[in-house]
Amino acid sequence: MDVLDIARWQFGITTVYHFLMVPLTIGLGLLVAVMHTLWVRTGRAEWLRMTRFWGRIFLINFVLGVATGLVQEFQFGLAWSEYSRFVGDVFGSILALEALLAFFLESTFLGLWIFGWGRIPKKLHLATIWAAVVGSTISAYFIIAANSWMQHPVGVVMDEATGRPRQVDFLAVLTNNTALAAFSHAIVASLMVAGGLLVGIGLWHLRRRKLAGRSTEDVDHAVWRRSVRLGGYVSLAAFLLVALTGDWQGKLMYQQQPLKMSSAEALCNTEAPASFSIFAFNKLGSNECDDVHSFTIPYILSFLAHSDFSSPVPGVNQLQEQYADAYGATYPDDPSFGDKAGEPIDYTPVLAVTYWGFRLMIGMGMVSAAVAAYALWSTRKGRVPTSRIGVYGSLLAVGAPFVGNAAGWIFTEMGRQPFVVVPNPDVPRAEQIYFFTAQAVSPGVTAAEVWTSLISLAVLYAALAVVEFGLIVRFVRAGITEGDTTPTPGIGGGPSRDDDESTRPDDDASDDVLQFAY
Amino acid sequence: MDLQTLWFAAVAVLWTGFLLLEGFDFGVAALLPVLSRGDAAQRRADKNLMLRTIGPVWDGNEVWLVTAVGAVFAAFPGWYATWLPAMYLPFVLLLLALIVRAVAFEWRHQRHDAAWDATWTRVITGGSVVAALAIGGALGATTLGLPIAADGTRVGGAFSWVGWPVALGAVAVLAYSLVHGAVFLALKTEGPVRERARAFALRWSPLAALPLLAWAGLVVLRSGGLVSTVLWLVAALAVVGTWTRLKVDREGQAFLGWALVLLASAAAVFGAGYPTVVASTVDPAFDVVVGGASVSDYTLTVMTWVAGVGLPVVLGYQAWTYWVFRKRLTAEPEHEAAHA
Repeated sequence: MDVLDIARWQFGITTVYHFLMVPLTIGLGLLVAVMHTLWVRTGRAEWLRMTRFWGRIFLINFVLGVATGLVQEFQFGLAWSEYSRFVGDVFGSILALEALLAFFLESTFLGLWIFGWGRIPKKLHLATIWAAVVGSTISAYFIIAANSWMQHPVGVVMDEATGRPRQVDFLAVLTNNTALAAFSHAIVASLMVAGGLLVGIGLWHLRRRKLAGRSTEDVDHAVWRRSVRLGGYVSLAAFLLVALTGDWQGKLMYQQQPLKMSSAEALCNTEAPASFSIFAFNKLGSNECDDVHSFTIPYILSFLAHSDFSSPVPGVNQLQEQYADAYGATYPDDPSFGDKAGEPIDYTPVLAVTYWGFRLMIGMGMVSAAVAAYALWSTRKGRVPTSRIGVYGSLLAVGAPFVGNAAGWIFTEMGRQPFVVVPNPDVPRAEQIYFFTAQAVSPGVTAAEVWTSLISLAVLYAALAVVEFGLIVRFVRAGITEGDTTPTPGIGGGPSRDDDESTRPDDDASDDVLQFAY
Repeated sequence: MDLQTLWFAAVAVLWTGFLLLEGFDFGVAALLPVLSRGDAAQRRADKNLMLRTIGPVWDGNEVWLVTAVGAVFAAFPGWYATWLPAMYLPFVLLLLALIVRAVAFEWRHQRHDAAWDATWTRVITGGSVVAALAIGGALGATTLGLPIAADGTRVGGAFSWVGWPVALGAVAVLAYSLVHGAVFLALKTEGPVRERARAFALRWSPLAALPLLAWAGLVVLRSGGLVSTVLWLVAALAVVGTWTRLKVDREGQAFLGWALVLLASAAAVFGAGYPTVVASTVDPAFDVVVGGASVSDYTLTVMTWVAGVGLPVVLGYQAWTYWVFRKRLTAEPEHEAAHA
């Protein structure tokens, strides 16, 4: 592989990994803030315990998100320096403002929240978790605005002197319709991640307590029951909003990046009205569009793309020709294109990835919504499900929205290839700003260097994933511990005991205070 | 002052703020094995105490790095896109160190198991030392010289950044941070740890300041004027001041004195270095300078407005955090009654 391919793998691996943590941070942070608010308002013990238990899971996850987020900010410069030079007038300022306005808020107030239990006034302490959650949300907005600018560049003109885009309208960059759609889609998708977690873990604890003959009257029962109910409602509502915002985003993409959407449907030739593909068969891994055959529903794709049942939807083959006419059939024969110089340009993204990524995203969302519906139904009127398949299936389905989120991003990022900055079709061809991925990579960096970072990061990430997963499983199994019953500094309690039996030895008591932040 | 100069100053302030804040948590982390004494249980208690001093603040301190790098990218993409790929491997090492260090802070207490605890504590120390060396090396190189060609790419391959500027910067930041951490511990703790930390700072502060003063002195000699020379002298005098304050047990004043060592040195380095942001060792004509590396005036104007409003707010709530956790910590963790 050449530097370009290795750097792309590195970006893909590190970003998808980072994005396992991000939606949980955003979604669970919001729900923990809601739990904390309910505790402050009602004083009910279960809300305190829920805040402490779910807050602990939130924080284990948060730190890995922060740590892996660092890589993101550096790797634009490390491996993609030509990209960084090209987009510098827009992209860097959004990252810097994200750090200034969001990351400080997030990290400072989380520190205050963790250590502020019992140390700062109750309502002020509640405000700290909300400040941190607002920070996470602002951060999501800025980074998605930056990404959306790459998907649909607005607010810039080409500077003839430098050959690079020059920002002329910052507000247009921040109110990019692509960003508004993608942000709302990502936020509600994050709530599905958090809702699925509450449902899966809550059901598992309820079932375990019931089989062990525990009381259904005590506080811990209420903790798990409320977790399941809250998670179930949040998941279902979020699923509805995911569908609506996804439809909005899809319609925009049909205008802005028709090739991404047509290859998501494996729609080879222009159709009017166009049919929606449900499932492909026969050479479904092929990247030759004409090889793929699928079960289709007539009219639906026209509706998804244009809200009517007759408009034509352009096919991959026609679009490929249009793009080749507009942007060239071959890469310029210029050293800045590396090995790709003079080679033909394939404007169609990797078909198998876009087609199956799109279906995986939607399918996983449906799985999660179905599990949420099952959870609400099976816990109606105080019931506790004991079905092994139902409960363990729900626990397994905690992973579904994570996979759905990752698949959605892989689809949207790989779907814009071969461009890293996609031309905006709303402006005349002569004024369009675009940049090929092939010219974005750092010219001076050697393949050995990028291999070194790719391998070392991948090995470290894998090891951290094992530890993180092990820790979360331990905490989840331990459930509510005595540290969760009082608002002491630190997010107290640890899984040193098995369930409710014994208390921890006294010599470890000092750790109660220390739990968590260091 | 034009906007490019203003943003050069802003970037300098962010890097200095990062070194000032994260410097003491690097230092505290690096001193964990040095300042803990006695049997295993006592050493563990000492380490807990030391880590509690930085627990609530290290993450907020690290955001200064993220903001500094973000501001370099935002205001001077030419600097960002030259410096980072030229020092690809040291920056990757920095990232690896910061990642393991961050998770170690959080994961150390997740199991009641001495071996687990000891392992993650060592990771905190190791990660902090490596991160301090890497960031110091990178800053040393960008101010003192990197093999940069006319088009901003590195010449000489993956290790061509190796040289005395990197070594000097690396040692300077680590040495400064060690004493900074010790003074911070003397200020924030009670008991034997406080005594040891003060003794450490008293013994090592003169020596630990030397590489930093040498670094600043070299930049001043190369391209400095009267102001940067005066700043350098202030830094040197602040070392003496710090030492005398430590001698008479005035830890608060010593902390301010040692902070002044950094502020004056960094101001000398950035002030004398201006307008060069990456000094080329190949040919001074290839230096990356503020004018060539910067974004448009429009973008700088937007950032100036946002930062002008945002930065005071950030400084305000970060200061408030330090105020909330201002108490000296003792070996006995407090079990405070909850506010109802």
